[in-house]
Amino acid sequence: MATFKVNGVEHTLDIEPDMPLLWAIRDELGMTGTKFGCGIANCGACTVHVNGNAIRSCVTPVSAVEGQEITTIEGMATAVAGTNTSAPDLSTVQQAWIDHQIPQCGYCQSGMIMAVSSFLASNPNPTDAEIDAGITNVCRCGSYPRVRKAIRALANA
Amino acid sequence: MKMNRRRFILTGAVVGGGVLIGYSATRPTRHRRANDDLVTGGERFITSFIKIDPNNEITVYVPHSEMGQGIHTSLSMMAADELDAAWEDIIVEQAPAIDLFANGDLVKGFASEFGVPNFLMGLVNASSFAVAELMNLQTTGGSSSVRYTGEYAMRTAGAAAREMLINAAASRLDVPATELTTELSHVQHNASGRSLSYGELAADAALLEPPEDPVLKDRSQFNIMGKAISRNDIPAKVDGSAIYGLDAHSEDMLYAAIRLAPVFGTRLVSVDASEALAQRGVVRVIDLDDSVAVVADNYWRAKQALSLVDATFEESEHDNVSSADIAARFDKELAESNGSEDKETGDAGAAMEEAADVIGASYRVPYLAHAAMEPMNCTVHIQGVRAEMWTSTQDALGMKGRVASVAGIAEENVIFHQTYCGGGFGRRLPFNWNMIDHATLIAMEFDVPVKTIFSREDDMQQDYYRPAAHNNFKAAFDGNNKVTAWHSRFTGPIQVPGASHIPYAIENQSIRVVDGDTHVPIAAWRSVDHSQQTFFTESFMDEIAHRAGVNPYQLRMDLLQEHPRHRKVLEVAAEAAGYGQNLPEGHALGIAVQESFGSFVAEVAEVSMGDDNQPIVHKVTCAIDCGWAVNPDTVEAQIESGIIFGLSAALYGEITIENGGVAQGNFPDYEMVRMATSPEIEVHVVESGEALGGLGEPATPPIAAAVTNAIYILTGQRVRELPIKNHDFSRSNPVAQV
Repeated sequence: MATFKVNGVEHTLDIEPDMPLLWAIRDELGMTGTKFGCGIANCGACTVHVNGNAIRSCVTPVSAVEGQEITTIEGMATAVAGTNTSAPDLSTVQQAWIDHQIPQCGYCQSGMIMAVSSFLASNPNPTDAEIDAGITNVCRCGSYPRVRKAIRALANA
Repeated sequence: MKMNRRRFILTGAVVGGGVLIGYSATRPTRHRRANDDLVTGGERFITSFIKIDPNNEITVYVPHSEMGQGIHTSLSMMAADELDAAWEDIIVEQAPAIDLFANGDLVKGFASEFGVPNFLMGLVNASSFAVAELMNLQTTGGSSSVRYTGEYAMRTAGAAAREMLINAAASRLDVPATELTTELSHVQHNASGRSLSYGELAADAALLEPPEDPVLKDRSQFNIMGKAISRNDIPAKVDGSAIYGLDAHSEDMLYAAIRLAPVFGTRLVSVDASEALAQRGVVRVIDLDDSVAVVADNYWRAKQALSLVDATFEESEHDNVSSADIAARFDKELAESNGSEDKETGDAGAAMEEAADVIGASYRVPYLAHAAMEPMNCTVHIQGVRAEMWTSTQDALGMKGRVASVAGIAEENVIFHQTYCGGGFGRRLPFNWNMIDHATLIAMEFDVPVKTIFSREDDMQQDYYRPAAHNNFKAAFDGNNKVTAWHSRFTGPIQVPGASHIPYAIENQSIRVVDGDTHVPIAAWRSVDHSQQTFFTESFMDEIAHRAGVNPYQLRMDLLQEHPRHRKVLEVAAEAAGYGQNLPEGHALGIAVQESFGSFVAEVAEVSMGDDNQPIVHKVTCAIDCGWAVNPDTVEAQIESGIIFGLSAALYGEITIENGGVAQGNFPDYEMVRMATSPEIEVHVVESGEALGGLGEPATPPIAAAVTNAIYILTGQRVRELPIKNHDFSRSNPVAQV
């Protein structure tokens, strides 16, 4: 049995303790925003937050997140309080991704947004060198120049 | 490209969708089918690509795959602008995978430009291109969507629809059509101040005969084209709701992990699956001709169990083949064969004999994998004589037809669910069937959906690769250091004709191709032959310039007098990059130019050597003449993307063959540019107003030579083999920029 919260909802799953969190999220919970890219924690497409910190879920066994708070891309936007609308408020990073027209194929961008969100939370005003060292996700479409611009804009906001 | 619009409409009506507008005898049938397939309630389908409903919601059906190029938005902009619709009224929809939307006309577009490319040749099996009209082809590739589907179908459809709406309004208002204007999805009669929305007119317009030859706007009349419009696919790509092939999901779904023969083309001999079958969640182990698959209730379980399967594949004559063997074979072929003609002008042989000096250089590049971020995958649900399927593809109809034929199901009984593509780059084109076939064969064993997934290792080792290639050059000079002959012998196959040609005014040219076939499967890879040939030709051109003692930029300009579009992009890129001006200490500029897919691109790379004796690419300045920009922001994005894609290949990209199979397995073995190694990119769009050029690919070809030409100045070492990472630059001997 594995128990953890995903985007505020507690799940108890009858799965092996060594099942990577990625496949528990995707195949067991049916939440597909978190992507499979490499399976070896190299590309970052599977990045989610555990208690607010970015981790690569493809190599993180569910036993390592027992009782923890997981946030996936689907949980980054928050429902607008006090309204009946179901349209959620995008996070500032998500909104910046639209403003800077960052995603191309978009497949890596769930992971990229999760990585940058956690990175900026711990370092709100990073240098270029810190961006280089902190954001190591692969984007095959080459959205890096726009990601860098968005990070700079968010840092200056 | 010369394409007669009227004729296009006549011949394209059958296949182009947007040009369904009543020029062909088959139109009524097709028109009705369009209505059956796409229309409900009070909506009227007035052209094949555009639907206007009574609420004035205007749906544009885009028959191309969205894989990051922003095509859903760009094509909709083209239809909407000609229609004079308000952009806010536009709903963009993926066109369904039905033959109404087949785009055999793409083949004709290519054909009129430079013959049918090899990667589409299988679809054109007769001498007449008309055959393509009957073929189920819905390809996205060849940087073709905007310049063919957009220019010839989308704009025409929009313009035709607009004329029909005006005519409907003229009848309704009982005024001459000439008194009517259109704006923001309304027809206006200014004299009386009356205005009717397109939605109000749609039902009437649908009954009218479409115009014979709708008039397209002049560029000065554009309201939507030419503006940086936000892409419609981006919101879903930032909140996790965008669905890719890999995201097909149902509660009862099964998952397959697969192991293919490590040596291409060999068969499965025996399998011991007893241990795998005992694992939790494993449903079945399936032996296929060339592979074994484990099917389980979760992909990770399937993959874990697959590692316990003991599979033996037959021995093959290729079991010991290595990249070195392939290179040696290429060298032997080049040494022993004069090959077949690609281009011969003048008498290069005689020029060589008369030359004051001859230089030679041998270039080579390795195989490359596509390595799209979304690993190959396909979900198939066989339901008796019917089937449903989900996959990310560059050819919806092709994939649907393939599943139908493998499963023995009538094509019209296959429902295809189109998804976003997590990268394509040529991997998801027709004929790269391995994943599709396997997924279908596996799913045929079950009555629930089965999702077959390539692991990253499978994806890298079971690809259809950019070919490894060699090109041996010679150049002759007369006594005045003028280059008089260009001699090129390269390994084929030629997938895109003309990529090995040069635009330079060199009097005698001999360009010939020898057989480069191996057992390694190959396919189109972003920019196809241009990816290797531009590195070859633009590097050797640089060698010629240095040998002649002429600045490489200046020599290009001198030899491009007949090619003003090349010259213009060179000039713009060089000036913007500060070419010829003072650079930071230790920096150098390399330049390269190439025309591909109808666009002209010059790139200047600013490079220095790092402490690890490997190059640092600081900045790439690019000028592109793609005619004009439909959506300037997506033009820039495609340039950035193409440069970084090509830079990854130039710096790191290398698929090597060992023991008949691919040595690399995952990203650490096949590194790519990341944030830390991504250069600043500056894009200048040169609007020549010429016919639209492609954008998905043309930025990729020049970057390798731009970088290695700068490395030559920095180190004195001419990089004649990619990737750059394999070179030792520790003993550099910088060369003065001439």
